[in-house]
Amino acid sequence: MTSRYDSLFLDVVSRAIVPLIQIFALYVVTHGHYDPGGGFQGGVMLAASTILLRISQGDESYERFSASAGLYLAGFGALAFALLGFMSMAFGGNFLEYGYAVPGMDGVVLRYWGIFFAEVFIGFLVWGSLVAIYDGLTTGGVDE
Amino acid sequence: MTWEIDFWLMIILIMFAVLALEVKDLLAAVGILTGYSFLMALLFAELGAPDVALTEAALGAAITGIFLLVTLRFVSRREDPEEEEDA
Amino acid sequence: MRLMGALLILVVGGFMLWGTGDLTDRGDPQSPAATHVSVYYIENALTDSKTPNMVTAVLADYRGFDTFGEAVVVVAAALSCLLILLRRRREEGLPEPVRTVAAGMGPEAGLEPDGSRTPPARDTLGGDA
Repeated sequence: MTSRYDSLFLDVVSRAIVPLIQIFALYVVTHGHYDPGGGFQGGVMLAASTILLRISQGDESYERFSASAGLYLAGFGALAFALLGFMSMAFGGNFLEYGYAVPGMDGVVLRYWGIFFAEVFIGFLVWGSLVAIYDGLTTGGVDE
Repeated sequence: MTWEIDFWLMIILIMFAVLALEVKDLLAAVGILTGYSFLMALLFAELGAPDVALTEAALGAAITGIFLLVTLRFVSRREDPEEEEDA
Repeated sequence: MRLMGALLILVVGGFMLWGTGDLTDRGDPQSPAATHVSVYYIENALTDSKTPNMVTAVLADYRGFDTFGEAVVVVAAALSCLLILLRRRREEGLPEPVRTVAAGMGPEAGLEPDGSRTPPARDTLGGDA
């Protein structure tokens, strides 16, 4: 099936470019320790790739990423980030003080992985939120 | 860094901002705002803030433009409905 | 009215330009922003969290609570967008939702003289149009 606009170029180019955008976005999310970037930027890129699919592929793109999935993704990201914060509170640290998250491990390593997971959860959250806003604007927020 | 790049980027940014306000076709205004965001990202990168530049390029130049375009579908395309009959 | 606006812009912009004279130079090591906590961050970010990129260390670790607040704001924005749009659809009985942006973006989109907009056509994939 061709794309929504019966344009072979649009179809092929969008299908070809979306995986590249997503790989670069994952690189930006997970490489925030060493390069500029992080959860927000990578999440925005992931959302841009999903929205590009929404625009170019039309209804077909809702089969893998349904109109309500964005909000679930955003909620999952926020909840996981909050739980990451509360994990360290259980063992005597402050909120989001990753060095206390797992007792018995080196605090520096824990902070490294704490930053990593915080970025990943922020990435999920921003991705889901932006796609949810886009779906709300185009479909009126109704999941048919 | 070289102040000439900053200077001319800021001049062009002001021109883009005024143009986006003055133009009557809202679709053109959205395009100009997207270009504004892109130039803003260049300026941020030049000023030594690559994190902010990356955010501005991804969010301002891509997502905001798309959201404005979607919003434009629900409203009239021209700024002034009276002039539209003359055109 | 236009003259008043221009005058207002000139006055406020003049005050702001006047105020920038008291700002410190960019990268001044003696400025207040560079003498309190940022010295600690610059010296200890690598040893505290093994993260070479100081910006990420500050954003996600030292200032994690701020980042958490930002993230919650993003989710709240998405939720309120959906709530507002959902309510508007219920009250006004808006036309059939369209799944792609450009369907209503042709040269004639939204250009009726009476100000009403065209419900964008749902073509090619929907089938029954």
